[in-house]
Amino acid sequence: MVSFLFRRFGAMLLLLLVVSFITFTLFHFGPADPASAACGQECTPDRVEQARVALGLDKPFFVQYFAFLSGLVGPRMLGAPGAEQMCAWPCLGKSFQTNENVTDMIANALPYTLSLAIGAVLMWTIVGVGFGLLAAMRKGKLTDRFIVGASSIGVSLPIPVTGLVLLLVFVGTLGWFPFTTNQIVSPFGEAGFGAWVTNYFLAWVALAVLFSAQYVRITRNNMIETFSEDFMRTARAKGLSRRKIVFKHGVRAGITPIITMLGLDLGALLGGAVLTEQIFSVPGLGFTAVKAATSGDLPVTMAITMLAAFFIIFFNVLVDIAYAFIDPRVKVN
Amino acid sequence: MEPMLSVKNLTVKFPTDDGMVAALNGMDLTLNRGETVGLVGESGSGKSVTSQAIMGLFKESRAVIDGEITFEGTDLLALSEDAMRPYRGKKIGMIFQDPLSAMHPFYTVGAQIAEAYQVHNKVSKKAARQVAIDMLGRVGIPDPKRRVDNYPHEFSGGMRQRAMIAMALVCEPELLIADEPTTALDVTVQAQILDLISDLQAETNSAVIFVTHDLGVVAQLCKRVVVMYGGQCVEQASVRQIFQRPSHPYTRGLMASMPHLAGDTDRLTPIPGSPPALLALPKGCIFADRCEFAKIVPDGRCLNMRPELIVEDDHAVRCHGHELKLIDETSLIGAGS
Amino acid sequence: MSAPLLEVTNLTKHFPIKGSMGRTVGAVKAVDGVSFTLEKGTTLGLVGESGCGKSTTGKVLMRLLDPTSGSIKLDGEDITGLKGKQLDGFRRRVQMVFQNPASSLNPRQSIGAAIASPLVEQRIKVPGGIKAKVADLMDRVGLRPEHANRFPHEFSGGQRQRIGIARALALDPDVVICDEPVSALDVSVQAQVVNLLKDIQADTGVSYIFIAHDLAVVKHMADDVAVMYLGKIMEQANKRELFENPRHPYTRALLSAVPSVDLDAALTERIRLGGDLPSPSNPPSGCVFRTRCPAYELLDEAGKQRCSTEVPAGAMACHFPNAPLAATVGA
Repeated sequence: MVSFLFRRFGAMLLLLLVVSFITFTLFHFGPADPASAACGQECTPDRVEQARVALGLDKPFFVQYFAFLSGLVGPRMLGAPGAEQMCAWPCLGKSFQTNENVTDMIANALPYTLSLAIGAVLMWTIVGVGFGLLAAMRKGKLTDRFIVGASSIGVSLPIPVTGLVLLLVFVGTLGWFPFTTNQIVSPFGEAGFGAWVTNYFLAWVALAVLFSAQYVRITRNNMIETFSEDFMRTARAKGLSRRKIVFKHGVRAGITPIITMLGLDLGALLGGAVLTEQIFSVPGLGFTAVKAATSGDLPVTMAITMLAAFFIIFFNVLVDIAYAFIDPRVKVN
Repeated sequence: MEPMLSVKNLTVKFPTDDGMVAALNGMDLTLNRGETVGLVGESGSGKSVTSQAIMGLFKESRAVIDGEITFEGTDLLALSEDAMRPYRGKKIGMIFQDPLSAMHPFYTVGAQIAEAYQVHNKVSKKAARQVAIDMLGRVGIPDPKRRVDNYPHEFSGGMRQRAMIAMALVCEPELLIADEPTTALDVTVQAQILDLISDLQAETNSAVIFVTHDLGVVAQLCKRVVVMYGGQCVEQASVRQIFQRPSHPYTRGLMASMPHLAGDTDRLTPIPGSPPALLALPKGCIFADRCEFAKIVPDGRCLNMRPELIVEDDHAVRCHGHELKLIDETSLIGAGS
Repeated sequence: MSAPLLEVTNLTKHFPIKGSMGRTVGAVKAVDGVSFTLEKGTTLGLVGESGCGKSTTGKVLMRLLDPTSGSIKLDGEDITGLKGKQLDGFRRRVQMVFQNPASSLNPRQSIGAAIASPLVEQRIKVPGGIKAKVADLMDRVGLRPEHANRFPHEFSGGQRQRIGIARALALDPDVVICDEPVSALDVSVQAQVVNLLKDIQADTGVSYIFIAHDLAVVKHMADDVAVMYLGKIMEQANKRELFENPRHPYTRALLSAVPSVDLDAALTERIRLGGDLPSPSNPPSGCVFRTRCPAYELLDEAGKQRCSTEVPAGAMACHFPNAPLAATVGA
């Protein structure tokens, strides 16, 4: 088990390195010129050159890349020669646009994205898996057809549409929910748990409508397949109660693919829900990433890309480990 | 004496996209306490459907069931899914063809046996575990104390089937239904399992319905045989009667087409044609299109009328030709030669 | 005397076991030193239980798998080292019939096209045309030639196996390797296919390697029989000799395990093998059967020593054939 973890985490680091290199290369050889963007509206060629030096963009590609990497292992120096500043570990550089420390920017944005992701994942798991299971148990009956019908509508609703309609109806017309504020970032804050829920509820719903629909389908199909397994017949032949047959034997066996999907989706969502954050004005990672990418802000884009990649890969490993616990046939070697 | 189990005129139909599949078309079967009966037939003959219907496994499915299944005076078909539970596992135990897929892959063998015991007996987890260990020992698993914590995939095929048997017998049911329990096993392992079932049967005196396609297995294990074809019982008799005086043309054909280890026949005598399509059964005898006697029975009776199951000297046969005494000993087709 | 049609010498097929970092840490000895010959117009039965290596042997003979070592000679010509295109000539002469006719036929291909496919692939000019040849083949295996345009799902299991046989015969091969060709079929239909294979042999003089786990079927099909266990041949003999006077303890145990329809068979010996098949990646030393051998436990120390160190060889791979067996009833 220990060697398995070592190998998986080793592979994870390697993969992150590759991702960082690719992102760095794309940016470096891309058409955007961060120096002229950073230098502002009224810019002389002289000042662009100054900005270039200050940002370290005058150095060769590999020097820049290794300087970036060195910030991941320890503190590094930033800024123009003579005006260097110490950047504490972990250093992801400073924003070309605002000169803010990127580590701080991410630390500020992450709680918003976390708030969004955790609530949405809980909501769609409960709704999606619950209704998927119900549909599987009532296969072919009216309940099943209704759930399947509803999920095909949900799956085809894009987030901007659901999001805007939700805002229009529940905030605008009915006034049941307040506009989303960036003051509430945690359920344990001063505003309290209730305010946190109210603040993010519509955003969760917008995400959950889309994802629940997918989870309903995958849960239903998986459970129907599991219910037709021989061991389910054995469970019935033992005289077990319906509840035990469905939950102890059925769900235990049919849940594995859902856990995989959940892990991957959660990982992806933690990297920032771009559309949802835009529509609901949540200043999370997705929101920040879009702003950075459109203004050629390399350090911020790099950092968020790396973080998103980290989450996806990390949850992949987590899913693998979970598998070994769920299914005794999986050998960790 | 009242039989322990009696199945009368049982029909089971499954709706499919192509129409109704008639899996059972008037199945009859009786079983006395402590008796071992073999249910023999080829694929699609309805032998597995019969055993699953007795266990009530088609309740709450789309299957259309008609007829009568009486177990110790209770009409099992009238029971709801919940009312059937005290019978399953407790009074009727069941083992299946493929023990690997019939066991839950994520629970230990011991936990699965203990669970089967705990459904019907109020005991502690620890006591149930001890029962599981004892039961594994009884079915011949070496080192049961250690093996109880193994998962099904860590057992060999033969050991898995032993564990399945332990699971089915842990509540000491009065009836054991064994649905092709040795078909997926190698012949030397099959021999071990047949020995085990026969030893346990002698020990507990439970009745056994043994579903198989192999007449040799029946000869070794059973006292009585029910031969099935097209979802009906076509012949029912003692093993000795069936092997010495097979009366239904299908039974005779089956024996003639079976390769034997003994004897020196170089050529087998197959039954022409293939098993019936259950979507569109003929209105006459289901075997008529493969039967050479259908031609000699007058009035085209075999093609137009379903024969009845006629019982004579404890030997039941469903055949117009036999009923009219047109088929005699001399018209045996190569059977036993 | 001319060379036998097919001569297999010391054939082995080992599948490497990969450990972590892709190192080879061992090998599954699926086939481990198998030798036999097949004469024209005869049938060799390969029997054994699951995991004995009989199907792998068939696949290696067909060159679907590359042998690890050993040689396969067809008409005296060594075909072991042939690769790719060089095998075309060999494939024309050796064909295969599979266990599951449903999965070896393309569901979207008409059966006429399926039967013709070996001819088309090998670009063989058929005098009279491919259509006539297909019709002739279908007629030979008992299918109605006018059904050539139908698709596999329109046929029963037995009929599909006939299609598989017709396809194997399309190139007029000298050898057909039949891998469990009747074990998926019902008894009444199985007899039809067994008879068909025998009729074809009588007509065309084709030779068969008949791989099966069912001893009774092999008895009806084969002229010679090789009994396999853990990748090795235990006993190999003429059919009559093997079934009437089995000498190897494994053969005897195998035969006694087959349930008999003879109700008065209580007098035949009843040998039960205990335990499980050892792992083919770590087979016992000496005689691979000794760990389950009903004769081994009755041997004296010197005998046991010999069985656990010396590998028995030859058509009768046992150091002590005819030795008394334990757990024998009424022998």
